[in-house]
Amino acid sequence: MIQKGRAWKFNDNISTDLIAPGRYAHLRSNLPELAKHTLEDARADFAPNVKKGDFVVGSRNFGLGSSREHAAIIIKMCGTSAVIAKSFARIFFRNCINIGLPVIEVDTDKIDDGDILELDLQKGVLLNTTKGTSFTFPPLPTIMTAILSEGGMVEYLKNHGDLVLKA
Amino acid sequence: MGKTMVEKIIGKHAGKEVVAGELAIVDVDLAYVQDWTGPLAISQIREMGFKELKRPERVAIFIDHSSPSSAKEIATSHIGLREFARNTGCKLFDVGSGVCHVIVAEKLARPWDLIIGADSHTCMGGAFGALATGMGSTDVAVAIAFGKTWLKVPAAVKVEVKGKLQKGVYAKDLMLYLIGKIGADGASYKSLEFVGETTENLPMHERLVLTNMAIEAGAKCGIFPSDIKTKAYLAEYGREGDYKEIAPDPDAVYERKIEIDASMLEPIIAFPHTVDNVRAISHPDCADVSIDQIYIGTCTNGRFEDLKVAADILKGRHVKEGTRLVITPGSKDIYQKAMRAGLLDIFVEAGGAVNSPGCGACPGAQTGILGDGEKCLSTMNRNFKGRMGNPNSFIYLASPAVCAISAITGKITDPRRFI
Repeated sequence: MIQKGRAWKFNDNISTDLIAPGRYAHLRSNLPELAKHTLEDARADFAPNVKKGDFVVGSRNFGLGSSREHAAIIIKMCGTSAVIAKSFARIFFRNCINIGLPVIEVDTDKIDDGDILELDLQKGVLLNTTKGTSFTFPPLPTIMTAILSEGGMVEYLKNHGDLVLKA
Repeated sequence: MGKTMVEKIIGKHAGKEVVAGELAIVDVDLAYVQDWTGPLAISQIREMGFKELKRPERVAIFIDHSSPSSAKEIATSHIGLREFARNTGCKLFDVGSGVCHVIVAEKLARPWDLIIGADSHTCMGGAFGALATGMGSTDVAVAIAFGKTWLKVPAAVKVEVKGKLQKGVYAKDLMLYLIGKIGADGASYKSLEFVGETTENLPMHERLVLTNMAIEAGAKCGIFPSDIKTKAYLAEYGREGDYKEIAPDPDAVYERKIEIDASMLEPIIAFPHTVDNVRAISHPDCADVSIDQIYIGTCTNGRFEDLKVAADILKGRHVKEGTRLVITPGSKDIYQKAMRAGLLDIFVEAGGAVNSPGCGACPGAQTGILGDGEKCLSTMNRNFKGRMGNPNSFIYLASPAVCAISAITGKITDPRRFI
């Protein structure tokens, strides 16, 4: 399946405090409300304007900080197709996979805010149709590919009944 | 080929030899959540269809982030955590107990353990010679219900520290210096293994600062070999029997080695809004930084010894007019020790506000949220924009000594001539 949408560009070191601020901790039991504040402290125009299929495009060390999985969940709830960055903080990366949100590492210096992107996850190809450029990215470890393609860790465990490293 | 400590621990828990870069499924010795991540973990456990926990005695729930509760929604989520603990038989540390990682250090972490917590500073447990790492609620849900997780064996960075820390310079300064040197992603996905004469000589409460902040360099974990100091700390909490030896092999393979001469270090300040944005206190940027609020506490520097350093400076002095001092002990045990030693009296006499144990002002929802444009100097581990509840405020990080003397002067101040 090919996903298409615009790029929402963010700077280096977007922390989970910027994605899902602690001052909204009381909304973690009401995720649709929390999602209205997604990335609010980094870009207040993101949550009100993001469209289904769009991409969050970070730079270096995206998602650093706290382990709050809500950060990944509300980015997905906004309709985001994938999070793309030069590099990710490890807990955030893993959280995205566990909730079924694709995370892709490419050189995002070559993507500007508002560029239109097309992602073919199976083929491992990302197109920047605005600039006419393309990126390839290596596949994830087998267990992560399985978790992601099955829709997240909950579905994965329901399907397999156990953690298995190789398919 | 020699093994690093993480290769040894993961190997033991995977039941096979492993090397860095390999994936492994491992048994988990301790899985825990806190009140901001626990409700999601519990709903995931239900979604996955688990009815019972494999080893409830090695599962813990901590109510520490909003503790006592700061909103009705959070109070309601606390009810769910208590019910889960009652129904499954896992441990519950309720309001008044303190910060999860501090309690894990006092009561639960053991050398050779593999520990997973739904909080990024779970890595603090590595001070015991354990592999302790933070994960999200779903991963920890799997570990809680199933007793296992999957891991990539991290490559290890050997941090070798030599030389004696000057008086007034602490593990906090050393760690801020290291993070400044390698960057907020300088150890991403890696293990920081602390060796060398300086860290060997550090007491446990200082080792815990180094491993606590491993995540601030992006690391999966920070880890110390266990030794006589580990054993003494465990004995202090009635857990001498939990002691086991662990050390890297002499020919362990490290991806990188970082050498630091601790004797050269000054007190270090992290400036807003990233932990790697550091300055030595003698830097001109540190002159005349006025401070609205000082916050002493947290899993990083909320231990008795930290409070003692602060109290020794604050004794007989008073907080500068226009500056607020907020103190939150890390645990019930620390709170009581500080009370018995007269530290709380010193803080109150100096004009400080002392809170009950917990995360306090650090995660940004209670007891010390900052006003627009305000500056806070704190013993916390991170200073991200918005961390303390207001994206229009500024957080500086430092040792308890810098924080205490700066409370008196109302601006960032070098503690060395006061102690």
